[in-house]
Amino acid sequence: MKLKRTWERLEFQWEERTDRSLLFSVSVLLTAIVCGVLLIGAVFLSLGVDPVFALKQIFLGSFGSLYGLKESLTKAIPLFLIAGGLCVAYKAKFWNIGAESQLLMGAVFSTWFGLNVGQSLPPSIGVPLLFLMGFLGGALWGIIPAILKVRFGISEVISTLMLNYIAAEFVTFLIVGPWKGATKHGFPYTDDLPKALILDTLPGSRIHYITLILGILLCIILFILLYRSKFGYEVRVIGESPEAARYAGIDFFKTSLLIMVISGGAAGLAGVGEVAGIHHHLGYPGNISAGYGFTAIITAWLGKLNPLLTLISGLFFAGILVGGDAIQISLRLPAATVNIFNGILLFVLIVSDYFLKHRLVLRFRQL
Amino acid sequence: MEMRNISKSFDGFPANKNINLNIQAGEILGLLGENGAGKTTLMKILYGLYRPDSGKIFVNGNEVVFRSPRDAIRMGIGMVHQHFMLVQNHTVLENIILGDEEAPFFFPHRAAEKKLLKFQKMYGLRVPLRSKVWQLSAGEQQRVEIVKALLQGAGLLILDEPTSVLTPQESTELFSILRKMANEGHGIIIISHKLEEILDICHRVVVLRKGEVVGSAEAKKVTKRDLARMMVGRDVVFSVDWKPAPKGEVVLEVEGLTVRSDRGTVAVRDVNFSIHRNEILGIAGVAGNGQRELVEAITGIRKAESGQVRILGKDITNQSARVIHAEGIAHVPEERIRFGTVPNLLIYENAVLKRHHFAPFSDVVFLNYDEIKENAESIVRNFSISSPSIHVPMKQLSGGNIQKLIVGREVSAGPVLLVASHPTYGLDVGATEYIRKQLVKRRDEGEAVLLVSEDLEEILELSDRIAVMFEGKIVGILDRQDANIEEIGLMMAGVAL
Repeated sequence: MKLKRTWERLEFQWEERTDRSLLFSVSVLLTAIVCGVLLIGAVFLSLGVDPVFALKQIFLGSFGSLYGLKESLTKAIPLFLIAGGLCVAYKAKFWNIGAESQLLMGAVFSTWFGLNVGQSLPPSIGVPLLFLMGFLGGALWGIIPAILKVRFGISEVISTLMLNYIAAEFVTFLIVGPWKGATKHGFPYTDDLPKALILDTLPGSRIHYITLILGILLCIILFILLYRSKFGYEVRVIGESPEAARYAGIDFFKTSLLIMVISGGAAGLAGVGEVAGIHHHLGYPGNISAGYGFTAIITAWLGKLNPLLTLISGLFFAGILVGGDAIQISLRLPAATVNIFNGILLFVLIVSDYFLKHRLVLRFRQL
Repeated sequence: MEMRNISKSFDGFPANKNINLNIQAGEILGLLGENGAGKTTLMKILYGLYRPDSGKIFVNGNEVVFRSPRDAIRMGIGMVHQHFMLVQNHTVLENIILGDEEAPFFFPHRAAEKKLLKFQKMYGLRVPLRSKVWQLSAGEQQRVEIVKALLQGAGLLILDEPTSVLTPQESTELFSILRKMANEGHGIIIISHKLEEILDICHRVVVLRKGEVVGSAEAKKVTKRDLARMMVGRDVVFSVDWKPAPKGEVVLEVEGLTVRSDRGTVAVRDVNFSIHRNEILGIAGVAGNGQRELVEAITGIRKAESGQVRILGKDITNQSARVIHAEGIAHVPEERIRFGTVPNLLIYENAVLKRHHFAPFSDVVFLNYDEIKENAESIVRNFSISSPSIHVPMKQLSGGNIQKLIVGREVSAGPVLLVASHPTYGLDVGATEYIRKQLVKRRDEGEAVLLVSEDLEEILELSDRIAVMFEGKIVGILDRQDANIEEIGLMMAGVAL
């Protein structure tokens, strides 16, 4: 009876947290990841797999072995590029869900350039032009939704999402139709790019280091741009308060276009890397990009929309992609398992964000 | 209703300390205090938005615990917030239904409409039911809030700064409604900075300072000056030092200006006026008579349909806000938190808004953070803004300090014309006094000032000339010495003189 009375007097409520130490933030983040791993372990149990063994396989497959590390870095390259660009768009609350198609258009533009113009060029001229073409392709595809939004008020979420389907079908059309390679024995690929334009890789790996350097540089540059430049300042004002931006005379049209040139262009660069660094030709959209345009969305959010932090979160998600591949082979789990991991991790991270911003207050009511 | 020993602190900073407050049925209680004195916190506790750290609340003699505003509403407590809590994209009727627990699930519109008509007849509170909230003026929105609370069966109504958006006539009307409600046994708490109206309508006044009750009195037995002293803790100068000044050259000329509102209707109709150096032109009028659109057209936020705006003889009609700012028009906007600042950016980032693309604050690409921070420090110092540092987000400042920062930022750009919209709306006595002095100082130093306000006392006190707007037209421009409050009140209601 006494106990029950005490229990009844207990009350709790959530309050907004105003102070936040670094130690606290890190410990919340770590707790979230541990919870996520436990949940993933539960998924393994339900599939009848020893969770400790499975997690060990994931770790060995991603960061715990030389091969895994090399593969993780390879897959981190497009994530760095795309997520870095998405940070800029999302800071302005421009919800670009179309990085996947911007990547594909980058791949299309650079493939066209490689097959038609690039043959006679030396690498020192051809490779930079190849990247430029990819950037252009992604940027052009990216400014379509920007124009639609600012001029006609069409939601960028819908337009960027729909453009993904258009771009994917367009690529499929090209590879089974007009661009189908003469040397490919009827397979739905384009011909390979000329040797001079194929990106060098680090020996014994698939790491096309030029794109890797480009990705890291881009994230650093975008960080400086966001927090130290006039453009970045205007992006943040637009994102935080469109009314204040209007009051301050910030040009929405110009800024939105520039945001999408950067965000789409960065995804286009990733497309160049995938074509010229990994596949050497244009193939099915699902092969050119393993959903990088979507994984990069989570990557950017995990990096708190800070391009420098996306270098860490990009590597983390690349590891999950590679580790997922590893257990597909070693444990014969379905490919969709990786998507479950991504989902669970994103979920716990979103929840942890709430804990970062609020505190639970418990107290006994006086009678 | 009674509150006993209420205490509440945020991050160890006490906002309310052992406050006792009671109100009888049929009583109108005034709650006075500067910004940050703890009035709003106390009322939020009473309305169930915050839980007190200690202390109890009694309604009709029974102890109650409010876990949310819903609990408070069930106990008959209604609140009209200073910043309206309405869904902008919904119609008035939909907003009212939203708060009505008794509304039937299907076709709630009809049931609510019937009930509303009753209130409209009883109290004369008319609201355009079918309009969307964003189309309404602040005054109309407030009426919607009051009707909403009444519909929820509020026996105790809390009004936060209720008259700041009304004409004198409308305020009188509101007061007669409130008196009627009190006579019928409603309890009413009014939070206000306007001493006169508190004395006018309230039976009893409670003054808060720094989270504590510093005084309580029968309204009949105290003077304005007593209350002000209690609030601020020192004597307050009530009128600013205003000396006649000779007019200078013409700064702003507005000719045949016509502007459309968001609704697409003509909001400003063929308006003509000019402002000189060393002159304050006050624009009086009830909210929603075109003042907002006029100001937005002059400052480049809204496109004019026809007509011309000239600054020092140069045509700036329909230029962008950026160009117009560069031509020397500074703007202290209405709705200072939404338009004037970016709450999540830091103070120094806010202090450079609009000027961030000029030297010395930036070069072609990069911002110069040393200059920006120095600029912020000097604004904070020169305009006596109280803030922990310039490295905290803007949203941590109080209303008065936010406004001081905006005024400081706009003034330090060295404008030739300062456009100030409702510059002291919702500010406490201390901050109001400060902002008004600043406006007069700008005028004395040779700037032209366009002052838009619904506070007639303010307009009369500060302006050299007073223009009255009604339904988008300027019904008349009076010289300071010819103006009196009754006459202007009539013009605001559309009576041409």
